[in-house]
Amino acid sequence: MKLAGKPVAGITLVTVLVAAVITWVLWPSAQGTHPREQSVTVLDGPRDDQQVTLDATFFPPAGGGRAPTVLLAHGFGGSKESVREAAVRLAGEGYAVLTWSARGFGRSTGQIALNSPDYEVKDVRQLLDWLARRPEVSLDAAGDPKVGVAGGSYGGAIALMAAAYDNRIDAIVPQITWHDLADALFPEAGGRGPLNGVFKRMWAGLFFSRGGTSPAPGPLRGATPTGEAPPASAQEVRCGRFLPELCDVYQRIAETGRATPEAIETLRRSSPVSVPGRIKVPTLLLQGTRDSLFPLGQADANARAVAATGAPVAVAWFDGGHDGGDGEADWIHERTTAWFARYLKGDAGQATVPFTVTRDGGRDPGTRRPVQLHATAPAYPGLYGAATTQVALTGPAQPVANPPGGSPSSISSVPGFGGLGGSPGVSLSTEMAGQSAHFDSAPLTAPLQVTGSSTVRVRVRAEGTGGTGGTGGKVSEEGVTLFAKLYDAGPGGQAPILPDGLVAPVRVALSPDGTGEATVALPAVDHRFDAGHRLRVAFTTTDLGYSTPAAPAVYQVELAAPTLTVPVDAALRTPQNGPSWWTWALPAAAVVAAAVLLLTGRRRRRTDHDPSLADVPLRIDGLTKAYRNGERAVDDLSFTVERGQVLGLLGPNGAGKTTTMRMMMGLIHPDAGEIRIFGHRISPGAAVLSRLGSFVEGPGFLPHLTGRANLELYWKATGRPEHDAHFAEALEIAGLGAALDRAVRTYSQGMRQRLAIAQAMLGLPDLLVLDEPANGLDPPQIREMREVLIAYAARGRTVIVSSHLLAEVEQTCSHVVVMRRGRLVTAGPVRDLLGEHTSGGSGGGSGSRLEDVFLDLIGEKA
Amino acid sequence: MSEILTRTGSPVEEVPEGPGRGEGQAAGYLPGRTLPLSVEFARQLRRRRTLVMFGLLLALPWILVAAFQLGAGSGQPSGVPRLSDLATEGGLNFAAFALSVSASFLLAVAVALFCGDTVASEASWSSLRYLLAAPVPRDRLLRQKLVVALTYSAAAVVCLPAMALLAGTLVFGWHDVRVPGTGETVAALDVLPRFGVVVGYVLVSQFVVAALAFLLSVGTDSPLGAVGGAVGLVIVSGILQAVDALGSLREFLPTFWSTAWLDALAPQPDYGGMVKGVAVSVTYSVVLVALAFRRFRRKDVVS
Repeated sequence: MKLAGKPVAGITLVTVLVAAVITWVLWPSAQGTHPREQSVTVLDGPRDDQQVTLDATFFPPAGGGRAPTVLLAHGFGGSKESVREAAVRLAGEGYAVLTWSARGFGRSTGQIALNSPDYEVKDVRQLLDWLARRPEVSLDAAGDPKVGVAGGSYGGAIALMAAAYDNRIDAIVPQITWHDLADALFPEAGGRGPLNGVFKRMWAGLFFSRGGTSPAPGPLRGATPTGEAPPASAQEVRCGRFLPELCDVYQRIAETGRATPEAIETLRRSSPVSVPGRIKVPTLLLQGTRDSLFPLGQADANARAVAATGAPVAVAWFDGGHDGGDGEADWIHERTTAWFARYLKGDAGQATVPFTVTRDGGRDPGTRRPVQLHATAPAYPGLYGAATTQVALTGPAQPVANPPGGSPSSISSVPGFGGLGGSPGVSLSTEMAGQSAHFDSAPLTAPLQVTGSSTVRVRVRAEGTGGTGGTGGKVSEEGVTLFAKLYDAGPGGQAPILPDGLVAPVRVALSPDGTGEATVALPAVDHRFDAGHRLRVAFTTTDLGYSTPAAPAVYQVELAAPTLTVPVDAALRTPQNGPSWWTWALPAAAVVAAAVLLLTGRRRRRTDHDPSLADVPLRIDGLTKAYRNGERAVDDLSFTVERGQVLGLLGPNGAGKTTTMRMMMGLIHPDAGEIRIFGHRISPGAAVLSRLGSFVEGPGFLPHLTGRANLELYWKATGRPEHDAHFAEALEIAGLGAALDRAVRTYSQGMRQRLAIAQAMLGLPDLLVLDEPANGLDPPQIREMREVLIAYAARGRTVIVSSHLLAEVEQTCSHVVVMRRGRLVTAGPVRDLLGEHTSGGSGGGSGSRLEDVFLDLIGEKA
Repeated sequence: MSEILTRTGSPVEEVPEGPGRGEGQAAGYLPGRTLPLSVEFARQLRRRRTLVMFGLLLALPWILVAAFQLGAGSGQPSGVPRLSDLATEGGLNFAAFALSVSASFLLAVAVALFCGDTVASEASWSSLRYLLAAPVPRDRLLRQKLVVALTYSAAAVVCLPAMALLAGTLVFGWHDVRVPGTGETVAALDVLPRFGVVVGYVLVSQFVVAALAFLLSVGTDSPLGAVGGAVGLVIVSGILQAVDALGSLREFLPTFWSTAWLDALAPQPDYGGMVKGVAVSVTYSVVLVALAFRRFRRKDVVS
């Protein structure tokens, strides 16, 4: 693999990425839909005599033609504009989409009747009539459009209610909505019904105030101000755009904090609980885990009601709701379109997961934002779990006080400001001193994932019933209001966490002797209690969001049974929980790839020794090396050097001398032919190179080290014993004196040259190869060098010198090899060469110089 | 000079080599003994760039300390505490901050320098060919150089947080760690071993830079080119990381997980991101290093 290929691959990758990004950015606008604003006039009311104009927007399907339709309903306090973005997205997926402002909201006329069958439901029926006449809408039958309804909160309830009253609706996706509005506003976790429920004061107030003329923005499904502010009448100030009857009901219950049968009747008429067995269409219930207004129990009741009719139901608990959370807009869109694809388009390939729970997946390491994981199960187990496990709780009977006026109150979550505690792990919950009783489990030995509503049985005794008769009598009549919470108490000093900020209010009825018991369903959560943590059940007398008795009182709270029944669902699995497959597969593949790269790149390393040449310092045979352009630097070169010779390697520039020397050193791979030193074939790093001393194409030293350190470290790098180096002799040849202990970067050219020759002679190699050794030396030094080389060879060692100083070669060398354009021109003893040419008669005289011979050989012979 | 030669003459008589030595090597030569690590350490240690880089890494914590002392009180931490707001909480907090500001770039440059320069500088000094002709076998040369370069890199990655820990502890005291975001505290002794994991992870996550620098170093005679190329990778990868449209493809960018070590300092440490980061880093670096070896084996050394 060549590195040169990489930039091309890189540019290709970048180009593809850029193209993909541009396409992705431009794509939606290429097929944008053109929504049409539409006023639809409908008749509703108990006697169908009230005319209301609904402000609607119709989004034709992106693909054109007829398509299934989705009605997108907005949340309380919003208008059709709140769901515009979602509508455009759905239209882009090939649905016709109709959004409208419900009566009493946005520009629609009429008054808010809270999804009443007489008002809002009739409006939707007439919207379906209108849709059935549109040419873009595909029909099941004449007048019966193929239609689904989706919406959150208020819009979710209309989806359920409309499906109950109009069998033309084919599928619904209600989100974060109610099953029983009475139960949602008057919850009672002991199962005694809304008549004994504890008034969800703060949420109810926010809910009803958002029906006013200028709705406040808030988490109720993206409310946006309409911008218009018509002058308000006294009635409007009192009730906003609510139907006066509803307004009266609210004002009564808000005043007393207790539900009346009449109020419950009114609220239930607006709730799916009033239409049992009538919602028979595939229903996907998306409920937020962070929702103290419509907690998971509301979706659970809806799921049971729809499932009882035999219609398909799926439930998802996502990270959102009226108290904030992530909202998971993309995921909800994905699930919604999958549901409609399955049940409107009939795409059976769309998987519909019966139960999904969003769990915390830590943080994205790139963006540092929280990541949601979606655990799925093949069946929806309900609030009380596919299975239960018992956790022992301990704690003595504890007195708790209800403060006079219910203040100060403990805080679990702050309705309408849920976003404040939005990040998981931050708990807003605050307990007031003296108001709560705690019962703890032992530290868990293994993690416990609670999915649903745990239950515990509690016993309450009113204190001081004998003291002030009046209070006591009132307490036994009212019952004892407590707020049950399930805390995650970590080890050490960490503040306990109240999962999702949820509480379960309970009103324990007291028998005449002043005691009472109740089985309390704690808030439904999906929460993992880590090993070492404790489960803590707390009962508190006050909560900011609820209306609590004003009379001061003290109760004894204890557990009637010391166990907490905890629902678990082992079938809930998070896909790809833990390391992805590639975390081990990629490195393993890389190791394999690396092994392949290394093993295939290995040159055959065999000992190639010719014993007959063991005494021949150098034999070159058929050596060939071509440049990349194909021009041959060395072309079929063959010659032999015998022991004791001082061989001059001669040739003009570009003759291939240096290339030949580099091949001798194993730096360059020959294309053909071979070099043998003492019979050993040369390959990169061949051991026989340890008998070769070389100086080729200039010195190579570490400039920051001294000359001495350079030589010492070089010798150490050879790994050979220090006494074999003969440093003293080498340093004497270098002749650097005191300069030896200066950094090499301060040296002159000649000093480096001598140091490099000294380095080549370290260890007194049997074969010494010197490339232009006389460069940069002055005449006396050249003379010394000549003597050194002759003496070196005289003892049976061999020296190869390349030089362009022909006079030097003539005086130093015993033999010469002349090269030209990579080819051997001639080889032999200097004397022979000179003699030959003398007899050849170029100059006629006896004093023929090598220079003449050389020029003759390389120039004239051609 | 001729006297020398008469002196050197005597051993010459004994030297002539006969057959019988396996590879025909000179006396005392063993390929496995060439270029010992200690020699390579010594060759690199006295280089100005080594000393300057370590000087910078050791001085940076003190510069940061001085900066915090100068600016003390002017910053108004509001809302969610960030790592920089908490830097003066104690030695460990300060070390975490110092690491977070230097891990993404400064340490990458240091690692690229040590690994990118190592072979290319030898080539530019021409000393490479003498090492190869010594002969140091090519694989061995690369291996020794890689080990030494990685050791210097590791020293660089370790010395900065270590010095920051020392400086922070001396100036701000030894306190429990306050975690950015929630402001919770984690006991110092709990964090100390995790801090070791963090430093180890930062080192492993720099392997990609090291391996790419090393590959470039083998391929070029220009040390600056090798260092710059590896740093360029960090920059390009960082830019691509900001392109959200790439989705989960970004997980395979070499720098994507470079801040995953922050998860180890949370009250509930999460090692998932770090595991992925290690996987990505090891994957790239193993292949790049293998390419470097393959390339160097086949290369004609002409520098």
